[in-house]
Amino acid sequence: MPKGSVAITTERCKGCGFCVEFCPTHVLELSNAFNAKGYHPPHMLNAEKCSGCNLCGMYCPDFAIFGYKYPDQKAQKGEQGQ
Amino acid sequence: MSTTELHVHNPVEDLLRQDRVPTIWCPGCGIGTTVNSFAHALLGQQINLQKTAIVSGIGCSGRVSGYMNLDSFHTTHGRAIPFATGLKLANPELTVIVYSGDGDLTSIGGNHLIHAARRNMDIMVVCVNNMIYAMTGGQAAATTPGASNSTTTPYGAFEPELNMAQLVDAAGACFVARWTAFHVMQLERTMAKALKKKGFRFIEILSPCPTYYQRKNNMGDALAAMVDYKKRSKIKNGCPTWETALEPGGEIVVGEFVDREREDYLTRMRRQLGSHYSEFPPQPEEQESEGCEKEC
Amino acid sequence: MKADQRCVMTGTHFINGDAACCEGALSAGARFAAGYPITPSTEIVERFAARAPQVGGLFIQMEDELASSIAIQGMVWGGQKSFTVTSGPGYSLMMEHIGLAAISETPCVFVDVQRGGPSTGLPTLPAQGDMMQARFGSHGDYVTIAICPNSPQECYDLTVKCFNLAEKFRVPVMFMMDECVGHMTEKVVIPPAEEIDLYPRRHASKPPGEFQLFEAGEELVPEMAHAGEGYKLYVTGLTHDKRGYPALNPAAQRELVGRLFEKIRRAQDELTMVEAEGLEDADVVVVSYGITSRVAQKAIQAARDKGLKVGKLRLICVWPFPEKLIRELAGKVKALVMPELNMGQVVLELERCAGGQCKVIGVPHPGGTVHKPVEILEAIERGAR
Ligand SMILES: Cc1ncc(C[n+]2csc(CCOP(=O)(O)OP(=O)(O)O)c2C)c(N)n1
Ligand code: SF4
Ligand code: SF4
Ligand code: SF4
Ligand SMILES: [Mg+2]
Repeated sequence: MPKGSVAITTERCKGCGFCVEFCPTHVLELSNAFNAKGYHPPHMLNAEKCSGCNLCGMYCPDFAIFGYKYPDQKAQKGEQGQ
Repeated sequence: MSTTELHVHNPVEDLLRQDRVPTIWCPGCGIGTTVNSFAHALLGQQINLQKTAIVSGIGCSGRVSGYMNLDSFHTTHGRAIPFATGLKLANPELTVIVYSGDGDLTSIGGNHLIHAARRNMDIMVVCVNNMIYAMTGGQAAATTPGASNSTTTPYGAFEPELNMAQLVDAAGACFVARWTAFHVMQLERTMAKALKKKGFRFIEILSPCPTYYQRKNNMGDALAAMVDYKKRSKIKNGCPTWETALEPGGEIVVGEFVDREREDYLTRMRRQLGSHYSEFPPQPEEQESEGCEKEC
Repeated sequence: MKADQRCVMTGTHFINGDAACCEGALSAGARFAAGYPITPSTEIVERFAARAPQVGGLFIQMEDELASSIAIQGMVWGGQKSFTVTSGPGYSLMMEHIGLAAISETPCVFVDVQRGGPSTGLPTLPAQGDMMQARFGSHGDYVTIAICPNSPQECYDLTVKCFNLAEKFRVPVMFMMDECVGHMTEKVVIPPAEEIDLYPRRHASKPPGEFQLFEAGEELVPEMAHAGEGYKLYVTGLTHDKRGYPALNPAAQRELVGRLFEKIRRAQDELTMVEAEGLEDADVVVVSYGITSRVAQKAIQAARDKGLKVGKLRLICVWPFPEKLIRELAGKVKALVMPELNMGQVVLELERCAGGQCKVIGVPHPGGTVHKPVEILEAIERGAR
């Protein structure tokens, strides 16, 4: 049972790959699909590993991804990867 | 697991003008990343957003003011600081943030930077340092590391780069820090701290410009720049600013370098003026306010 | 609304034009200013620096005129009335921000105490060489209002007027003094506050959410709000739409720049501010402004003593130019004579408006001193022939 997940606004994504690279648990990868602007937005490769830490959201220059925690899981807000 | 069952809301959205995103920034431009840290810092500090104004000059970085859902002022190239100075003096209740580029703040606006730091004007200045004049297409800036290529230095720049941290420290800033776009969490913390401090606060953020700086110098894409920042950065809080110069290809010294107490301009003004300063409560509103009776 | 008596130094004073200008600004409710010292304007900010704290305001000496001319706009958007003061070289540095004030419709006043130029020129001596700069100095297309005083009393009265016009039309207003009026000491009467009418800021009448920062009503002048009032203002020097958002296309440009021009054009009658005398049966009319009008007065008298029919038209508001008035006048007289302390600036506009209906005789002068009345008299005589 993963602790969290991400919400992706695919149409805002510009495919930079920051979220993929800096996710501490390697949850994401860029998909093969294109969005309307021709970029490859990310999708979850290892959804079960997501902690909902939102580091991906902090890195995303286009406000296209947001990580959130599922309720009732008082996982501490980590600062992994830094 | 469906996300629709939950109320999923990125708090950064509340700080953006929704009718203005997507931004004009290129894919992988680091400016947007810095905005995340900024937005979280503002939200985390419970700053009164109604009383917060953001001022920019001109440039890609200068577009930040226009995306923030605050009182936004997009002024002229280099002059965000004097505008912010006027704003703050006219209404000391405001939290005033200047958010602009390296060229804007240190070249054309360099004089204002020095003097606002010297006065210890109570404003926070965020400088996105992409080491280039990006908006105009990749010309050399005062911050372009020596020997880098730009459209106006096709044989490399013949001049060394400016260390802005050292400059504003020497001029008298009460808070000086540097991070890169890679350091999102540290940047948030530093911004939060700076937001609460009184006086001239300066935060430099190294940020990738894949379209011009990285490309002109065969440095790969934005992601490569971010990975490079991660590799080359060395956190040295409290490091004397003369030891923080950015050598091309060398160590990137990051951290909070200066955090000192100094009386800010308005506090000093009131102290020195003492009883010569009259508080000036506004006159009670008159009933008629339909313009003057005589024609103007 | 009326002036605030706490700011008004009611009484009869013997002060120079610079000091009078400072008092005018205070009477108009400007308690904040930014500037950079330059002769012959410095006395204005020196006095203001002393006076402002007494009324809860302040003067900040900025690092240069670029900074001063934009700091005042920060002050205005922060809710205050504000102005800056300079002379020739400093005025040149302020040009970019006159454009910013024009496009962002920031009500503020630029005082230029003119001295001889170009460049450092004659720092302590008079000229009127910045008149075209006042009209066209900043890049791009815009209009401003430019007012010329010819006495210390007018330095007071018209400074108040400048602030009122700035608020009414939301434009930067140019107060074009010169070294002579600035340094001339005369009696100046400052009226009681309740006799001074001030045009109040056009403040947003709608709450945030309903208010659009650059939506203009019938008068084509939008209302404004200040930072910190909850309006989430968006002010930019880029061409913008009604919300203030950048709109970088020809249609938005046409709408915005068109309105900036039209709001002043349609107020032409109100902005025709002149002192006229003896126009009815005049053969020759001397058209002048600022200090030159006082020298012209002598020449007019001398010409009348010689039996010539000479009228006087003093332009108080030079920009916008009183086009209609000049067109009518040119149809009735033999000649219009214009002395000015420059090599021929405003006379070009005079010539254009006269449209060939009469002779237009300029009396150029490079500045450094004023005309000799006889130079103007000769031009009058030529015109009367
Ligand atoms: C007075 C003036 N000179 C030049 C310009 C052109 N100009 C616009 S942005 C810019 C450089 C911006 O560089 P920087 O501040 O580093 O911002 P960036 O685009 O890199 O984020 C220049 C030179 C201008 N707008 N105004
Ligand atoms: S929320 Fe955290 S763990 Fe989940 S994808 Fe984003 S960065 Fe990875
Ligand atoms: S960081 Fe944002 S823009 Fe970049 S790939 Fe991920 S979602 Fe897309
Ligand atoms: S040109 Fe460079 S700085 Fe400007 S938006 Fe593109 S990547 Fe960012
Ligand atoms: Mg730059």
